[in-house]
Order: sequence, then C-alpha cells, then structure tokens
Amino acid sequence: MLFDGKVIKYADNVDTDVIIPARYLNTIDKKELASHCMEDLDLTFKDRVKECKIIVAGNNFGCGSSREHAPLAIKESGIELVIAKSFARIFYRNAINIGLAIFECPEACDAIKDGDIVKADADTGIILNETTGEEFKTKPFPEFIAKIIADGGLIESIRKGSVK
Amino acid sequence: MSVSMTMTQKILAAHAGLDHVEAGELILVSLDRVLGNDITSPVAIREFDKLGFDEVYDKNKVTMVMDHFAPNKDIKAAIQCKMCRDFCKEKEVVNFYDVGKMGVEHALLPEKGLVIAGDTVIGADSHTCTYGALGAFSTGVGSTDMACGMAIGKAWFKVPSAIKFNLKGKLSPYVSGKDVILHIIGMIGVDGALYRSMEFCGEGVASLSVTDRLTICNMAIEAGAKNGIFPVDEQTLSYIAERSDRKPVIYEADEDAVYDAVYEIDLSEIRPTVAFPHLPENTKTVDEIDEVKIDQVVIGSCTNGYYENIKEAADIIRGKKVADGVRAIIIPATQEIYMRAMKEGLLADFIEAGCAVSTPTCGPCLGGHMGILAPGERAVATTNRNFVGRMGDPTSEVYLASPAVAAASAIMGRIASPEEVM
Repeated sequence: MLFDGKVIKYADNVDTDVIIPARYLNTIDKKELASHCMEDLDLTFKDRVKECKIIVAGNNFGCGSSREHAPLAIKESGIELVIAKSFARIFYRNAINIGLAIFECPEACDAIKDGDIVKADADTGIILNETTGEEFKTKPFPEFIAKIIADGGLIESIRKGSVK
Repeated sequence: MSVSMTMTQKILAAHAGLDHVEAGELILVSLDRVLGNDITSPVAIREFDKLGFDEVYDKNKVTMVMDHFAPNKDIKAAIQCKMCRDFCKEKEVVNFYDVGKMGVEHALLPEKGLVIAGDTVIGADSHTCTYGALGAFSTGVGSTDMACGMAIGKAWFKVPSAIKFNLKGKLSPYVSGKDVILHIIGMIGVDGALYRSMEFCGEGVASLSVTDRLTICNMAIEAGAKNGIFPVDEQTLSYIAERSDRKPVIYEADEDAVYDAVYEIDLSEIRPTVAFPHLPENTKTVDEIDEVKIDQVVIGSCTNGYYENIKEAADIIRGKKVADGVRAIIIPATQEIYMRAMKEGLLADFIEAGCAVSTPTCGPCLGGHMGILAPGERAVATTNRNFVGRMGDPTSEVYLASPAVAAASAIMGRIASPEEVM
C-alpha cells in the first residue's frame, strides 16, 4: 500500500479529547465526527486537510480515551496515514482495527516538517520525504496485523475467518 | 529464552491456552467479560451488525453500562442509550445497567462481583484497566474490539513487558491511592509505561485498601500502560467473596520474572499531589503550590467515586461551608455507594455545606454534562484527565487531585491541603 501527500505536523501527546472532544460523542455519524476533528487543538485542520493526507506527530499520539471515534474522525477527514514517534496503545489497535494506516518512525518525525510532501510504502516500511530527498526506514507490520489490515480491518478478518 | 513470566503474562498465557508467553508475542486471548458504555457501545453495535452473528458469545459476559451521557443529556445521547437498550434486549444481555441501576462502570463491575481475580476483561473504555486492583487482566480497547469480543469472546494482544513498582511503608493521613498514582505518573510521565504492564508489589501493598488499589490501577492508562495489576491478598479475596460466587484464580509473578524497570516507592514519603493542566504528569505536591483560585470542585468518577472517597470528603467538609464562588459537585459512583452515603448522613453533610449531590454519572469528567466549565474557569477534580477542553471550554483548566485535597479546596476556594482545614 502506497501513500503520497502533504504533511500536517503536530507535537507530542496529541490526546483523543482534542482529536474529537467528548461533547461531540453523542453521535456515531462519521461525517459529523470528522467535522469537529482536531478543533480544540488546531482550528486550521478543517481547511488544511483538504490538501493534506498525512499527519506527522511526536510521542504518544492518541493518548487518553479509548474512543474509536478519534481514528474514525481522522480517517473520515481524509487523512490516509499517521506517522508518529510512538502511539498510545488503544489508538494504535483502534487504527489497525478500522484500517487507518499508522507508522512508528521517530527519525522521520524529527526530520519531516509541516507542509513537506511525503511518500510512504506500507509493505517495505520506507518513508521518503520528497521535499528534502531524505529517506527513512521503519518496520513493516508483523504478519498477523498486516493480515488484519489487508482484510480491511478486524471485522472483515473475522468475517473471512482469518481470526477465529 | 526466559521461561519466567510476570503476573500479567501468566493470566494471558492461561487464557490463550499456552504454557508460556513472552513479551512481544501476538496472541489470541479468550475473554471473561466484554464491556461497553453508552458512548462506545453504539459504534460497537454498528460493527457487530456487520459481522453477521445472530447472538453474542455469552449473554452473561457481555456487559453494558449507561453512564457517560446518562441520565440522557440530550436527544442524541438518548438515542445512543436507546440503541444499547434495544440491542441488549434483543440479544438477551443479562448485565445491562440502565439509569436507576447503573453506576460509573468501573466502580460498578467490581461492586457487582462481575470481575474477580484471574479474569481477562476488555472494555471499550480506557479506564477498564481499573480491575487489575483485584488481580485480573483488564484493559481498554476500542469499539471494533468490543464488537469482535461480543461476537467471538476473544481479542488479540501483543504480550506486554512490565515495569515493577515495589511499594514499602504506609501512607500518611490524608494521603490516598490518588496521590500514589499521581506521584508515579509525575515520575515516569504520560508515556512512561507505554504498551507495558504496571505491576505493583511489595510489603506496602497490604496497607493499601481495595479502593486505593482501584484508583491506582484506574490511572495506569494515564502513564500509557496496557494494564496495572496488584497481587491477590486477603483483602482482595474477602472483597470478592462478598460479591461473587465464582472462585478467584490467583496468579503470581515468577520470582525471577524480567522487568523493563523496577521502581522503589516509599508510601510514607508521598505527599498530597496535584496534576496541573494539561497533562496528568504535571504534578506538584501541595507544599509546592502557590495560590490557585478555583471555580468548581468535582468529587466522583471511576477514579475516586468510591464509598471510601465520598466518606473522606464528607469528613473534611462536614460542618464547614463551601467557599463563595465555588461550585462543589459530589457524585457517588454507584447506587449502592449513593444509598450508603445517604443512610450514613454523608449526603446531608455535603448539602448543608453547600455542595450539589448528583446521581451516578461520568458527566463532568469528560466534559459531557453536570458541571461544564466556562472559558478560563478552573476546577479541582478527583477525575483522571486534565487535557485541553476535557471538562469544558478549551481555555478552562482541570487540576487532578485526591478527594481529600478536592474537599479542602472546596472549603478554601483555592487549591488547598487537607491539613489546612482539619
């Protein structure tokens, strides 16, 4: 799977309360959730996401609440890939389970700047900063998780009998 | 290859049908309970319906608690609760807890005997890690995991490594489990235990009440941990025996179990501790705090809404008055706690002091309802998170503290130590 797009960059500890504030959790409508994505952290996100497909962030991205509404809102906003130095564990598994691609790569996160154009390959784990020409390598997913993502998420994996 | 295992690894191995697991291994684990609330269950129900299963894997093990935006805060919240209610009725889910019977989920499940030592529990709520206090493996997951758990009674996990916290000594007066966990998070940071277990042990454990242990494990997620867990002792066993007919299974970490780090914590040295905005790791002891004026106090939540917490707050507030300009909101976490506090006159103590007492709800903790902050307002709360906008406007501030500090602060109108008012 290949990703190619402009980067929106955030710092450490982007929590799920700022990704989608709890006051909007009285709905499960993905479009409505997406319309409030990041609004307590970054009011420009709503406009910038029209031309940006990748979030690059620091440590512990997605910390806090287990709300799956957070990766759902990010994905529905049009973001295809999140690269972070590290992810909070519930966000990490939620992203896998709903099919939002995520990479852990501290070196890439230090080097890539807001607005850079980045190309990433999920199969090889290679991240290329097209703006600067720098290349980074991260570990591709273990087979078990790659299978869930390839199936299109955990629901599809169970339907197909990959997870019993 | 090391054959020794941590306490968490032993529970996971047993539930994966394996003699041995090691950190990093991906395993499929059978579940003794699958939990959701009125926020996360609707998403899980939507996903469950896609799976094509007619029934849940076990009508007694699937559990839903209407606690976050309940009693319904608005029409949309009412629709979400109705979706859960209809699902549980159709699937004959036994443990569905609605208004009138519900409590804050993580206080409710232990109280009802729905989690015992040796269990594996997933909950679509990050504070599901609370039940480690009873020697269970429990962890928060998302709604898709909950949906799949409801369908097949299993979840995938990466076996965690662990950090060991060796506790010694005893807590001082007016210092409780909340101060212990805030102290630890201040020390290791909000990602200090990322992906790992926090295993608490040592001779100091015996002096911590079950409530203290519930509070400590509850906030393991605030250090990024997969779970927090306490060894099972006489206190745990008598707590469980009063509530469940099931036989607890006791797992113990191997003596030569490998830990990523070991911390020595002297409980007698811990002071009342407060986490400043906007991260639980921004801790200061009450001795280090200059005047911080406050507008609101919230005492409750899955972290600190237990009977012992309500009692401690009442003992501090009794006979005094809430400071002018402060709104003090007391939320016993379950109906049983509410009833006991009422019968013992604690609720009257609060009301006479000028506090508002609410039926159980998560409400203000996550900025849902029942105590939302205006721009620039400050609250001292016994809850678990102080992120930007957590309790209301993005410019408001939440200071996390123990019930004793929160009660003292309500009286003084600023962050205060219980020692100042007693």
